[in-house]
Amino acid sequence: MNTFPETHYLNAPEKGIKSWLTTLDHKRIGVMYLWAVIFFFLFGGALAMIMRSELFFPGADFMTANFYNKLFTLHGAVMVFLFIIPAIPAGLGNFFLPIMIGAKDVAFPRLNLASWYVYLAGALIAVLSILLGGFDTGWTFYTPYSTSTDSAVISVVLGAFIMGFSSILTGINFIVTIHKLRAPGIHWFSMPLFIWGLYATAIIQVAATPVLAITLVLLILERTLGIGIFDPAMGGDPVLYQHFFWFYSHPAVYVMILPGMGIISELITSFSRKKIFGYKAVAYSSLGIAFISFLVWGHHMYTSTQSVLASTIFSVLTFLVGIPSGIKIFNWLATLYKGSIRFTSPMLYAFSFLILFSIGGLTGIFLGSMGTDVHLHDTYFIVAHFHFTMMGGTVIAFLGGLHYWWPKMFGRMFNEKLAQILAVLIFIGFILTFVPQFINGLHGMPRRYFMYVEQYTFNNQLSTIGAFILGFSLFTAFANLFVAIWKGKPVGDNPWGVLGLEWKTTSPPDPHNFSVTPEITHGPYDYDKVLAKPTLDL
Amino acid sequence: MSNAETHPTYLQHHFADAEQQMDAAKTGMWVFLLTEILTFGGLFIAYAIYRAWNPEMFHFAHKALNASMGALNTIVLITSSLTMALSIWSMQHDKKKQTFWYLMATVLLAATFMVVKYFEYSHKFHLGQLPGKYYTYTGIEGANPHIFFSIYFMMTGLHGLHVLIGIGLIIWLMVRTKKGHFSSKYYTPLEITGLFWHLVDMIWIFLFPLLYLIG
Repeated sequence: MNTFPETHYLNAPEKGIKSWLTTLDHKRIGVMYLWAVIFFFLFGGALAMIMRSELFFPGADFMTANFYNKLFTLHGAVMVFLFIIPAIPAGLGNFFLPIMIGAKDVAFPRLNLASWYVYLAGALIAVLSILLGGFDTGWTFYTPYSTSTDSAVISVVLGAFIMGFSSILTGINFIVTIHKLRAPGIHWFSMPLFIWGLYATAIIQVAATPVLAITLVLLILERTLGIGIFDPAMGGDPVLYQHFFWFYSHPAVYVMILPGMGIISELITSFSRKKIFGYKAVAYSSLGIAFISFLVWGHHMYTSTQSVLASTIFSVLTFLVGIPSGIKIFNWLATLYKGSIRFTSPMLYAFSFLILFSIGGLTGIFLGSMGTDVHLHDTYFIVAHFHFTMMGGTVIAFLGGLHYWWPKMFGRMFNEKLAQILAVLIFIGFILTFVPQFINGLHGMPRRYFMYVEQYTFNNQLSTIGAFILGFSLFTAFANLFVAIWKGKPVGDNPWGVLGLEWKTTSPPDPHNFSVTPEITHGPYDYDKVLAKPTLDL
Repeated sequence: MSNAETHPTYLQHHFADAEQQMDAAKTGMWVFLLTEILTFGGLFIAYAIYRAWNPEMFHFAHKALNASMGALNTIVLITSSLTMALSIWSMQHDKKKQTFWYLMATVLLAATFMVVKYFEYSHKFHLGQLPGKYYTYTGIEGANPHIFFSIYFMMTGLHGLHVLIGIGLIIWLMVRTKKGHFSSKYYTPLEITGLFWHLVDMIWIFLFPLLYLIG
């Protein structure tokens, strides 16, 4: 029988809400981030359900076109800025980065807590815009519409600006922690690949977010003072806004996916009981993706008066992203080969990721080629593509990571059978929601419309049914996790029987991460040398 | 060895030793400076694009700026970087009084910069050489001269904001120096504020020729 440790970060050094709100413990800050991002994820998800309900029938059913515009804009902005960017790095990353490199905390604990408050302040200001009448620009805030619409653009742009600082602070903290705080015995190439993912992510966060910050400032000043930079009537250029915006926002999509890829590397080795195939290739490919991410923003602008030469160069560079992504996928597959695979719930999410992300990535290649893109631009094909990468990729990886580390974080086990069923249901719901959108998109259904012609009805109805299966299973999956915190059985130190350093401490971990300084005798993937016994009956 | 020496008060518990703490703080500051450069980078790019599109207008509009005031401010800021560096050097040699006075000099020089900037700004406000739609001045040839002033005010305004933040930080350092928080063993806040201050100086060194000395 496993026992629950007496002292752990949830009850020590103090209990009570005040000790949480003033904590400098990276684990508690990570947990507070998780609560916030999960809340906003469910909120953004609910918005999506309302949209899908409206789209069940072709005509206008129960909302106005304007309301629909505000709905999809809010859905996009909440999911991008409030959920997916902070979710894995600031939530799971904050919790596990120091533990996995044997550090006591991140380099700047106070900055870490500050980043949570900054994030929350930005999120509240952004959400406040709902009370000010909502905003209808789409999450990209394209000029000149965003400078001329009378909806509450300023508050949401200000919110995104403020959240950018939180993202930068997290990025700085992670870079310095990884460089300077690794425990003796952990060198660059014995770090877990999740850490490599976070490192590449942090580089993008610090190098791209400042450009978004200045762009949003310019946008606010354009709206308030009419500075004319983006206004063609005053000699400005609205396309410049798009360049600035995507210079941040394209790398930002890799802020979303890279830490997810890091999680998948952990899950696949852990549950195939095999050393990762091509460790260095997987590690370097994270940096490769981070590097190329800065050079491809123009592929969002093939139809925005960009010169053919520029578009051609951006197209070629875009295809290059396929190389490091492919390296990862094939290395994961090679790791699975002849492994001793266990179909636990985190592993099911990892399989789900391999399939969904591959589809998302390959359709990205279609969209990166100019001729195809001109046809597919602003159709549902795009919507399906980025949901396959962002949701089928990042959200699925996030769920896999949550199920994998939840027993470590809270010391108790969720209902594993139910979790497995839900992982499969989420996969089915996802496919049913977004594959029909690919087909509708190919047939030319434009995105961001609340009505459609009748030929698109069947696929839209499939999509809506899928969305409800997806929504229901996601909600239940989170409920299953939360119930475990109160009702779950204690799991012991190493429920899955894996080799990562984080499994050497108690579950939940000691306030100082390790009560005894751990001796590093093997790497995180050395399944060819050592085997660990699971403390849980799987 | 006494306990106070092995665990000095300034050493945070999660660092192994003071050297690691100093290293971490410096690395963090350098990464932060990178984000600053990229923030200004967006504006430098806007500058480059609009100047490439309107070379003549930029040429005529820049004459409205007072190059001698800009030159004065350049000298003021470079001198303040020197006094900042000297304040750190003094602390490395445990000359705490000197540190304090060098910091004071830095603050005064920074304030001088802001005062000069105030005169420049108020003169332009007076003439109506304002950004965007508030631009009312008529004495500049070329299309859309308000764009030049939008960029001028954005760049120098953001830079001025950094000078103000720098003044706040240096005053905080003066207070801590007076309280005896620093010594030759621990002066990290001085060191990293110094880095920040040199960056603010550097950015001005680029702003001055690009805005005031277009030939």
